[in-house]
Amino acid sequence: MDRVAIIGASMTAFGDRDAWVRELLAEAGDAALRDAGVDGDDLDHLYVSNMASGEFEGQTGVPNALAHDLGALGAYTQRVDQTSASGGAGIYAAWQSVASGASEMTLLVGGEKMTHKTTSEATDVIASLTHPVEYKHGATLPGFAGLAARKYLDEYDAPRESLGKVAVKNHRNGVDNPHAQFRKEVDLETVLNSPIIADPLRLYDFCPITDGSAALLFCPESVAEEYADDYVVVSGIGGATDTHVVHEREDPTTMQGVVESSEVAYEMADRGPEDVDLAELHDMFTILEFLQSEDLGFFEKGEGWQAVEDGVTDRDGDLPINTSGGLKSKGHPLGASGVAQAYELYVQLLGEAGDRQVEGSVGLACNVGGFDNCVTTTILEQP
Amino acid sequence: MSFDAHRCPNGHVTYPGHTRCPECGEEQTETVDLAERTGTVVTWTTSQATPPGVREPNHLAIVEFSVEGESVRALGQLTTANGVEIGSEVEPVYEEELRDPEAGIREPDSQEWDGYRFEPV
Repeated sequence: MDRVAIIGASMTAFGDRDAWVRELLAEAGDAALRDAGVDGDDLDHLYVSNMASGEFEGQTGVPNALAHDLGALGAYTQRVDQTSASGGAGIYAAWQSVASGASEMTLLVGGEKMTHKTTSEATDVIASLTHPVEYKHGATLPGFAGLAARKYLDEYDAPRESLGKVAVKNHRNGVDNPHAQFRKEVDLETVLNSPIIADPLRLYDFCPITDGSAALLFCPESVAEEYADDYVVVSGIGGATDTHVVHEREDPTTMQGVVESSEVAYEMADRGPEDVDLAELHDMFTILEFLQSEDLGFFEKGEGWQAVEDGVTDRDGDLPINTSGGLKSKGHPLGASGVAQAYELYVQLLGEAGDRQVEGSVGLACNVGGFDNCVTTTILEQP
Repeated sequence: MSFDAHRCPNGHVTYPGHTRCPECGEEQTETVDLAERTGTVVTWTTSQATPPGVREPNHLAIVEFSVEGESVRALGQLTTANGVEIGSEVEPVYEEELRDPEAGIREPDSQEWDGYRFEPV
């Protein structure tokens, strides 16, 4: 079977941006087209990953706006909203469009504009994904993270400091990512003494609110070399859902959507967790890096914290996790995040990651919507 | 007032109810009132950064109830976090308005705003 290749990629600066969502999407989309020397009118399909442009800035219909701005009139367009996992779901849609033969050139652009809202307002936009019986109690995604973190520390006798070390590691990685929102190291003491947000988690356990965009350009592998000397292939991809009502889960420390989406992706790629050389995980909260690294099969349940303590997931460790700085330091513009995870794998696999370059030919990205409510796991490889 | 969990013919219990039982796909045909029962704290947190219209700090717990051999869980506000630990026993206490329906992003008429907080026993 002809595999699906990614022949171009880009991401904008992440952070507090003056640009609005339309402009952010156009900036990233244009850059990805330039990366591969492809014109807008070469596009058959154009997907936009975005959670809430209507709620955040009163702009809907963004795929059509982007098609016009990129000179891609005539292309089939579609918006993909899967909350925080919109980016991963967009990769799935783009992959599907090429794998099915429906499109021979597909551009995916993910983006979100958030920072003009207060933290409280932005938290509420995101919390609006929750079920009414949880929303009415003031449940938020940070709140779910606090609930899971307390259970995890209790269940597996993990020290509180181990969560802090995820933040320290990802901030250290972000220093070498020119697109990251925070390019500043933090020490463990600062993390552990920062204000409590959702006990036992503190400010530095959480990703920031971010504006930004990222893009990927897909075509069949059989024609990839016509456009690019170097490219990567989507060797495996899977998506899965967990319960909408978070409290209905049997084990608050297991992300069943991560388990099931990765099983599908591993099988498609004919790979296992032991084959993965580097991974970008959805560290919206530090605890999520532990849970995903276990539920993806990298470590036994309850031992993910130990791997961070031992430096296994450091940039120079056996399995570097979040070389980009992760959502924690790179930032988390909702719809862009899953696309930006794949952008990081793309530059790493092409050997273009500069000071943060690591060795490897197989990368995995895990993009989580809600609190594991919907997940996409993608495996990218050198051809 | 009642704190209704929903049960299908195969005995699976969920809170809230669903169109079909998530466990077996059968229609849920009965309700079980949790209001007079005692539950156990599975985990809890105190949220210090809450959305518009939500009390701050907001103590939240996931609580497990036992209904004839089946367990059912509910997330809810705690009346206090004092002395609460994983495994603590709590009982539901009715509250007319858990958060200000007018302050948040969700359409006030789209859902109910009353419910049960959990009080340590």
